[in-house]
Formats: sequence, C-alpha cells, structure tokens
Amino acid sequence: MSIAIDTATPPSAPLDEKAAAAEARYAQATQLQLTWWRFRKHKLALVSLVVIVLFYAVAIFADFLATTDPHATDARRSFIPPQGIHFFDENGFNPHVYGLRGVRNPRTFQLAYSPDPSRKLPVRMFVRGYTYNLLGIFETNIHLFGVEGARAGESMFLLGTDQLGRDLYSRILVATRISLFIGLAGVVLSLFLGVLLGGVSGLYGGWVDLVIQRIIEVLRSVPTIPLWMGLAAALPRTWNVIQVYFAITIIISLIGWTDLARVVRGRFLALREEDFVVAAELSGASQGRIIFRHMLPSFTSHIIAATSLALPAMIISETSLSFLGLGLRPPAVSWGILLQDAQNIQVLSGAPWLLVPAIPVTMVILAFNFLGDGLRDAADPYG
Amino acid sequence: MNLLEVQDLKKHYPIRAGLMRREVGRVRAVDGVSFHIAQGETLALVGESGCGKTTVSRCILRALTVTSGAIRFATSETETVDLATLPKRQVRPLRRHIQMIFQDPYASLNPRMMVGDIIAEPLKVNGVPAAERRDRVAELLELVQMPQSARIRFPHAFSGGQRQRVGIARALALNPRLVVADEPVSALDVSVQAQIINLLLDLQDRLGLSMLFVAHDLSVVRHVSDRVAVMYVGRIVEVAPTDTLYRAPLHPYTEALLAAVPAPDPSRRGRRRVAQGEVADPANPPPGCAFHPRCPYAVDRCRIERPELTPTGSGRYVSCHRAAELDLVGVR
Amino acid sequence: MADRTSLAVRDLAVEFRSEQGVVRALDGVSFDLHAGRTLGVVGESGCGKSVTARSILRIVDRPGRITAGRMILDPGTPREVDLAQLDPESKEMRGVRGGRVGLIFQEPMTALSVHYTVGNQIMEAVLQHADISKAEAQNRAIELLREVGIPRPETRISAYPFELSGGLRQRVGIAMALAGDPEIVIADEPTTALDVTTQAQILSLLRRLQEEKNIALMLITHDMGVIAEMADEVAVMYLGRVVEFAPVEEVFSEPRHPYTRALLRAVPSILATPRQRLSTIGGAVPHPGARPSGCPFHPRCSEQLGALCTEQSPRPVPPGRSGAACFKVDQSEAVTA
Repeated sequence: MSIAIDTATPPSAPLDEKAAAAEARYAQATQLQLTWWRFRKHKLALVSLVVIVLFYAVAIFADFLATTDPHATDARRSFIPPQGIHFFDENGFNPHVYGLRGVRNPRTFQLAYSPDPSRKLPVRMFVRGYTYNLLGIFETNIHLFGVEGARAGESMFLLGTDQLGRDLYSRILVATRISLFIGLAGVVLSLFLGVLLGGVSGLYGGWVDLVIQRIIEVLRSVPTIPLWMGLAAALPRTWNVIQVYFAITIIISLIGWTDLARVVRGRFLALREEDFVVAAELSGASQGRIIFRHMLPSFTSHIIAATSLALPAMIISETSLSFLGLGLRPPAVSWGILLQDAQNIQVLSGAPWLLVPAIPVTMVILAFNFLGDGLRDAADPYG
Repeated sequence: MNLLEVQDLKKHYPIRAGLMRREVGRVRAVDGVSFHIAQGETLALVGESGCGKTTVSRCILRALTVTSGAIRFATSETETVDLATLPKRQVRPLRRHIQMIFQDPYASLNPRMMVGDIIAEPLKVNGVPAAERRDRVAELLELVQMPQSARIRFPHAFSGGQRQRVGIARALALNPRLVVADEPVSALDVSVQAQIINLLLDLQDRLGLSMLFVAHDLSVVRHVSDRVAVMYVGRIVEVAPTDTLYRAPLHPYTEALLAAVPAPDPSRRGRRRVAQGEVADPANPPPGCAFHPRCPYAVDRCRIERPELTPTGSGRYVSCHRAAELDLVGVR
Repeated sequence: MADRTSLAVRDLAVEFRSEQGVVRALDGVSFDLHAGRTLGVVGESGCGKSVTARSILRIVDRPGRITAGRMILDPGTPREVDLAQLDPESKEMRGVRGGRVGLIFQEPMTALSVHYTVGNQIMEAVLQHADISKAEAQNRAIELLREVGIPRPETRISAYPFELSGGLRQRVGIAMALAGDPEIVIADEPTTALDVTTQAQILSLLRRLQEEKNIALMLITHDMGVIAEMADEVAVMYLGRVVEFAPVEEVFSEPRHPYTRALLRAVPSILATPRQRLSTIGGAVPHPGARPSGCPFHPRCSEQLGALCTEQSPRPVPPGRSGAACFKVDQSEAVTA
C-alpha cells in the first residue's frame, strides 16, 4: 500500500496568524473550491481549458476575425496557395500582401489569378469588409484585420483558397461555429437523456433498470456508421440547413447519452451504499431530500467531467458524418464539410493546404480530452 | 420493560440459480437470534466476520427487511412497536429513536456539507426550528469536545478521530433511545481510539445512553460494554455480563476467541491454545452445533443435535450441550 | 546474543517531493535484523513503518526517494550489498526482492493475481529464484503449501485465490514470500485484515516457520498485543523516526520514551475492568509534511522539558543498543552515569 499520508489532517499547531488563516481557508473550502485547487495543478488540463475557451471565442467572433466572405466564390481564384503577410518593405514597417494578377492558362485559355509581387495590398486593423451580423444582433462590416484598396475578387488568403476560390482561413473560422456548437447542443441533449434515464435506472432498479440497461446495450451494439448512414439518408433532401443541423444533433446524441446514463447510474448505485447517505436515511429524511440534498451534489463534478469527455466524441461524430457527406450539406460550413474537399488525392496533391481544417479538429479533441481527464482526477482524486 | 427485545430473528438470503432463478439454497446470515437491551445498558455483539453481527444491527435499524422474528422496541415508557413487521412507511417517523455510529469516519460524513449542517441535518429533517437547531448543535459540539469553529468547516479539515466525534454528535442529535455503534473505533489509530472509547464511556455516564455495540475487538468491548453476546455463524452462542464472560466463559467458542486475542504483555506469551480450522460457511453450516468441527470438547451429540440458547442463571445464557460439565478458561 | 546480523539499516531517510513541499517520510532510521529473531516495528499510521519496509525492497512509490542512509544486506560476508545503492530495476535487486528478502502483505490479494491458480503463481516465484525444472517447481510449490499448513495441497494448488478464505489466502501469501528461500521476511501488518482466531493461527505459523528456517523477521504492526506475542526486539516509530528501541520485555515493563508509555496506556486491554477508562494522548499524529520543530513528539508530550524539546532534536537511538530518542532519558542517564 502507499504511504499513509493523511492529507486531510491540518497542521497540528498553526504557527502564526497567517498559518491559521490558511488553515481556515482550507477548512472552509467547498468541494467545488477543492476541486478547482486540485484542477489548477493539472497544467496540461489548464492549458487545454484556455485553448477551448479561445476556440469558443473564435466561434462566436468568427466573422469579425475573418478577412474574406467565406461564401463568396470566384472560379478565377481557385487553388491560390497560402499567402504570407510581408511585414516590411523598403519603407520600413508596412504589412502587406501581394495583389492578384490575371494570367491566362496557355493550354486551356482560362483566366486564373496568381499573386503579383509588384502590387502590394496593405494589411490594416479594423478594416471594412463584407457585411455580417455580430452575435446575430448588430449588422456591421468591421473586421479585425484585412486588406485595403482591393479590387473586386481580391483579398488576402492566409491559408489559400479552395476549388471555388473561397478563402480557407475565413471558412475554418466560420466552420468552428457549427462544429463546436453542434457538439454542445448534442451534449446538452444527451446530458438530459443520460441523467434522466440513468437516474431512473439507478434509483428504481428492478425491471425499470433492466429495460433501460438492455436499451443501452442494444444501442451501443449497433454499429454507429451504418446507423448514422441510415438515419441521415432518411432526412428529406428538401430540409434546409437549420433543420438538418438539428436532425444531426439528435442523431448524434441518441448514441451519446448511453455513456452518460451509465456514469449516472453507476454513481447512483455507489452513492446509495455510502455511509453518509445511509445516515441521512436513518435520520428519517424523505426519498426526495436524500436524492437532492445528499446524492445529487456528489454527482455534479462527475457529470461535468463526463460531459467534457463526451463533447469531443460529438464533435468527431459531426465531422465524420459531414466528411462522409451524410451530415451537414453545403452551403453550411463545418470542419467536416471543409475536409470533404480533401477527399480527392489528386486535388490534395495540387492543394495540400486543404488539409489544414484537420488541425483545429485535432487540437479541440485533444484539449477536450485533457480537460476531461483533469476534471475527472480533480473531482475524484481517489477514484 | 426492556428497551429492545429481539426474538428469534432470522435473515436469510436466497441463493438462486438457473434460468428461472429458482431458489437452490439459503444463506442463513442470521438464524434465530434472541437478546434484549435494557434501558441505559450497553450490549456488545461480538464475533468474527460473517457471523451475522452486522446483519443483526442492520435489521434493528430496518436498513434490511427481516425474514422472520420480532424486534420489539419501546418508543416511549408505555408504547412498544414490532420493527420487524412494521411497514416501511411507518418506520420513518420512528427512525429518530434509533441512530447509528458508523465504522468509517471518512465515508459517513457528507463531504459537501459543513460540520454544523451535518449535525443539524437530523434535526432539520425532524422539523426542529432553526434557532433551536443552532443551540442544539452548539451543545452537541461541546458534548463531543469539538470546538465551536468546527461548525463552519468541512469534514476534509478534520482527522479521523475528530470526524468520528462529529458522527457521534450527529447520532446523538435527536436524543435517540438507542444508539447502534458498528465498529466505531476499529478504523482509528490507537491514540485516537482511546479518546473515542473514553468519549463513549462519558456519554454512557452523562446521558444514560443505551447502546448496541457491534465489534470484533474483544479488548475494546471489555472497556465499554455491560453485557456481551457472542455470535457464531448466524446464532448467539453465549450471553453474559462482561466481566463474568471474560473471566469464566461457558461456551468453547468464547474460550477460543478470548484465547486468540494477544494480550499486550510479553510474559503471557505462548500460554494460549489456538483454535484450529475456519469459520463455517453460513450457506452450508455443519449439522448439530455449528462450532463442533473446531471444538476440542465436541462429543457425538454435538455432531447431531443443535443446542439451544438456554439460561444458566444470573443473567447468563449459553448454547452448548456440555456447558455444565466443562471448566473453561477465561482471561484475568 | 551472537545471532548473525542479516540486515543493517543506518540513517535511512526517504522524502516525498511534491508541489506542496517535501514530506520527510523517514528521518534517519537505524536498526538491525538478526537471523532467527523478530524485530517488531510498531507505530500509528503515518509513522513510516510501511515506507521502511518498502524502502528495503526498493519499491517506494513515486515520488518517494531514498535521500540518505545505507541498508547493508549480510554485512561482513562476501554477499554483502548495500540495497540503497542498487538500481530498483536491476537484476540484483530483483534477486533480493522475493529472493533474499520475502514480503508478506496485509492483504494477500495485492500480491496474488486473480487470473492464475495459486500453484501457478508460487511456481512462478520459485522458478524466478531457482534454476530447476517445471516439475520440480510444482513439487516445491506443493511442499510450500504444506509447510504453511494448507490442507490437501495437491488439490489446492489448482485453486484460484478468490476461492480461498482470508486465512488460507494469507497462508498462500506466506508461501509466496518463502518461495525464494529468503533469509529475511518482512511482514507488513500480516494479520490486520484477519479475524482473531485466524490471526492466532497465522502468528503461530510465522513463529514456527521462523524457527525452522532461522529467518530474520521484521514484523510491522500497530497492535501492541501482536508485538507482545511475537517480537524479540521492538522499534517504536513516530513521524519517521525510531523513538525507542529495546527488547520486548523492557518495552512493556519499563518503557523509556514518553510516546511508548502513552501508547501502552492507551491500548485497550482484554484484561480491563468494566468501564475502565484509557489514558489518552492529546491530539493526533501530525501530517508528516507538517513535522513539528525539535522533538517531533513534543506537542503531544506530557513530560516535555520546554525549550530544549521544542527547539532541539534529540539524538537518535544508536543501533543495537536499547534506548530512546528523548532528552529526558538522556538527562536521567547522565545522572546515573
């Protein structure tokens, strides 16, 4: 067994007032505070938390951060490679990107744009660009940064463009919104189903438990990809983006709730046997009081941890569904849809930057996993 | 009138097997246990693991449903109820009369509630008004020798011994008529154990506490109990006043138990006989006296006929065919 | 007593470093183990009993680290080796662990796998430390099971650990510890999880085996009764130090250290009179990370001498001699000298 260090024992004799205050601070700390203190020590989880907050901030202010209308197509500027920002020129500090020059392809006689080093487009902060709704309320055309004095079809393309000439950088930003929030919506729905059904299962036991557990087992044993394919194929082609969005959310959470339900049921069963719950029962407390006053508070941290571990699964689900062409459909923009463009190896060999949307996917998934692990360890250091 | 009278209490668990969950046998965890506790008395229920002592205590607390038998409990000077047969709904208002002290002070306090709230919880549940609750919590903290500042602290700030004091305060909050203490000191360090034993002795004196003390440690039991009931494989084999039982046991199992305890005295080394064999399986107890396979005094009769718990005078009971003829050795 | 010294531990210190600071789990521990004799190590939780055992076997959990001291196995013989200098993962250390030094756990299930039969596991242990055939190893396993008093060892060898009772499992645990034919056996609370009658059986088994094999036994326990029953010498530990060392009779009849005295008075006795109160030690063992200054016991000591005890650390007990790490003992010795 490990060394018997009783971390709960406070220092025996506080040496001075400072120590006494520290002792009181520790003694009066709620479980939430203790969890936070333990979580703070998890450096990786803490970094992950920051990364996730940043991602959601990006999702909310996507249009503000974008430089080019993500939906504007222009066949002439297809597959422009990523453009770097040049910060200095002969006049000193003067951030700029090169303008575009129309070149006719000598074999196909098609007009295509390519960067023109002779023309500089200055990059400035808070420039006016395409019009969008900030937070869905204010209509504005201010962007964090962009180019000034561009001709029609010209802009900056930090991460290059796709076949239809749309700016990949702006599209990734806008895609973040759908990809991250579909996960959130899915998790809220699974949380509801999971806590409800898991709670009922753990609380009542008997045949109710039996039925719910069998449903969970059946759901989990169905191979997910064919199930999604079937369900997604059943969605009417006539539905608009919003309707498909909600349908996909529901499909994803139909599977997702089972994990949460198991966690909740397990905690319920374990807690019922805990001495402090028995003590509440022996004091004559009602069933409702036992559940809400004594059992539920012990759950919250576990549920939060389980949720943060369920979120990446949701995001991955949406991405893979859309990647396979079963999920959201253009003109909606999600990471999965962006990656759809990278399906063709020939396209990819000419325009490898189309794989860039995989980077935010990986980052978010990793961050959520680290965060979830950190939360779980902090919530239940003994478990 | 006794505070508690348990009569022929049985708790069997069915062993089921096969597709139809047919009952193929029974674990006789408690198989016909009778004893009583008088007002102000501490009765110790001792035995080795699996003997059924914890099951008995859980039956009295009605944390388990009783298979058969009677648990007559005096809810007041004049009124008695049978807890064994009372419907669950009617048990709840009676819970305040029987409270429990738990073994593990780390598991028995809700980590999300402050100590003051933990102690006040039984009062709140039973409708004691807030002002009265506050006074009562202060009184209880003093009773278990905890500082008043503990009230706004969480359990994680306290050591095992201090937590156990909080657990005791909670058990006493409602002035219960009976306290069931399930191994209340066995999880504690020696120096803390002594503090809690002394506290329990104090409370017995000051409050006239009636207690069912469930324990496996015969040394602790000798300090705190008035009478002792020894259990073996679901049955009581001997009941006697504490001192008498330790000095002159009547049942061979009691003798074996006492002999097995190592005394903190090296000069007594090697003077004991060690009982051979292992505790019988309650799902498949041996015929006759359950202790006969391990008993050095067993005769043919012990292998066939099961002895009943019979009084031998001066408050003693024993279930052994040879109790009258044997001259057993205790500790002194 | 001219018994051969099997292990000499000197000034052993172990630290656990974490972000909250350094916890000194062991702070200069010295003692000897002798062939054929039992050293009882007694103390409350957090005193460093188990860390001492784990240090000898070099299985201290991370982030624990041996920071000072020596642990000489078989001093003065050609096989002499300092365990503190060995790499915990080295072949030599693996040969010591389970070979020259056997370990008996409190809960034998920690040493046994649920997936293999007890026979398999004992054979495995035998084969690790001896170059013999499988058939021979099986015979040796049966022999070991018989030695530890397991009835019908030929059939029990194919049983899984969970099929055995607690007492039988601990016997298997002892058989495992003996598989490498050790000179030293460390038993860490071997009977704490057992019932009294089973405990008595296991203790008498340990004693019998020790006599037969001339084993040096280090018996770690918190139970003063077990110490009285088993030990030849006793080391009383408090907060990572040996505060008293003496032959068992002396520890019980004339304890030197105030902590030993207090501990003995606090132990419930099977010989008590009805309602007998115990004398108590105020407070609880402090967290090893919040070690008091001076003598670590001074905040709880009823006999402390003021500034001397609160500011200075008493001399540790010299190994091999009876004594206590206490200024009061030093003073009275100075008077008699």
